[in-house]
Amino acid sequence: MREVAVVGVGVNKWGELWEKSLRDIFVEAALKAMDDADVSKIDALYVGCMAPGLFVGQEHLASLLADYLGQCPIPAARVESACASGGLAFRTAWMDVALGLHDIVLAGGVEKMLDVDGGGATYALATAADQEWEGYNGATFPGLYAMIANAYQKKYRISYDKFRDQLAHVAVKNHDNGLLNPNAQYHMKLTLDAVKNATMVADPLRLFDCSPITDGAASVILCPVEIAKKKFRKHKIIEVIGTGAATDTIALHDREDFTYLKATEIAAQQAYKMANVFPKDIDLAEVHDCFTIAEICVTEALGFFKPGKGGEAAASGVTALDGKMPINTSGGLKSKGHPVGATGIAQIVELTEQLRGEAGKRQLKDPRVGLAQNMGGSGGSTIVHILKSL
Amino acid sequence: MSGITARYWREMPQRYRGEAGKSLSTGKVFFPPRLVEPGNGNRRFKPVKLEYTGELLTFTIIRVAPSGFEKQSPYAIGIIELKGGGRITTQITDIPVENVKIGMKVRVEFRKINDDGHEGIHLYGYKVVPE
Repeated sequence: MREVAVVGVGVNKWGELWEKSLRDIFVEAALKAMDDADVSKIDALYVGCMAPGLFVGQEHLASLLADYLGQCPIPAARVESACASGGLAFRTAWMDVALGLHDIVLAGGVEKMLDVDGGGATYALATAADQEWEGYNGATFPGLYAMIANAYQKKYRISYDKFRDQLAHVAVKNHDNGLLNPNAQYHMKLTLDAVKNATMVADPLRLFDCSPITDGAASVILCPVEIAKKKFRKHKIIEVIGTGAATDTIALHDREDFTYLKATEIAAQQAYKMANVFPKDIDLAEVHDCFTIAEICVTEALGFFKPGKGGEAAASGVTALDGKMPINTSGGLKSKGHPVGATGIAQIVELTEQLRGEAGKRQLKDPRVGLAQNMGGSGGSTIVHILKSL
Repeated sequence: MSGITARYWREMPQRYRGEAGKSLSTGKVFFPPRLVEPGNGNRRFKPVKLEYTGELLTFTIIRVAPSGFEKQSPYAIGIIELKGGGRITTQITDIPVENVKIGMKVRVEFRKINDDGHEGIHLYGYKVVPE
């Protein structure tokens, strides 16, 4: 297997992009990544996108996007694993390069979610849960994560007020980081009180506990490290040193412990082993905070904090930009936005910019190793990557 | 929800009667029935009916309902472990939502879930009520 590097990254300003189509936003981000790497031609393309058929009535993205990127007849594929589609597209591109099939490969992600109304978007997202045995009876995505939150509070015997505070800290912290990210959907400082008094969506989760509906795309360029060292010398070379992927039951009710994200732990262990690092070696992590409770459970499953202690870590500032274990320096899904298929790729963009030292106002001091965790549904799939600056 | 036809009646044995599959290898009850048992590869099951009493493991109150459920909001929905095995996700009804508590004992009842649009069929299934 060949060692693989990330040599180009691109993301556009996310938000409600009414004037732009799915193909526009994908091509914009892809061209940015190609310009960043200084390439005009790629050998293959993988795009993560969850539900273009439901959001914009378009399937067959592989052909459409290769065509509009001006790259036909290269091979292309759309990769889907709900909200983890981007992470899986990156992993697929990594496999392609590692196995020696192609040299210059683009991994992109895109979702155009605002071409349907709120009900349409809720329906499309709900297809990531078990439609027959969860959705049919009225479960929603915020509802499933709210059930995880209530199980968590009960299991670890945290008082409601203290727990509610911990959840709010996650949102406030991620919005603080998002203020420093020019591409984030929301540049809006939140206060604990604002989060705790927002409209209730599914108890105990309120509006600001939930990631938004977003239009957006992101792209990265991968190539073998050997080629990167010779031809791509514009930026510091960022190597993919670990990858992991795992699945869990699609329905939340089939899990022994609702608060334990087993697929995340398994995928992370694979990636740690391959990279030969431990959780303590990770300098920053981009994780799947689709809801505030998700960030808490994910940081525990990744081994950063003990089970039941993820909330305290957020409340005490450990996960803040200037904390010991910075989580979601980009602003996370919470503030940066969550165009589902693009999220996993944007995590890789953030890690790459941080590891290169090109993250602007949110730049950490000399990080060496970063981890990205991208999750589908209520935890039914997870992709983890570890990147290192050479 | 619209466009449900075969997709609806196909699941009637489960939604109306609680038909589940019991593993002949481990005795574990699977709802809905499966063709293969996770973990051990067992493919032999016998049909059983779910026991209709159980305990609420976790729940939430849905304040922002998905399409088709708007008029029911706010409603409590949770995960119930049934006494004879098997778990379901469904609404907890016939009780004010603020009185729903983790650990409460509940009973499964046959209830209307929704309508398939304005002129479509009524959609039935199971909900739970306090025991």
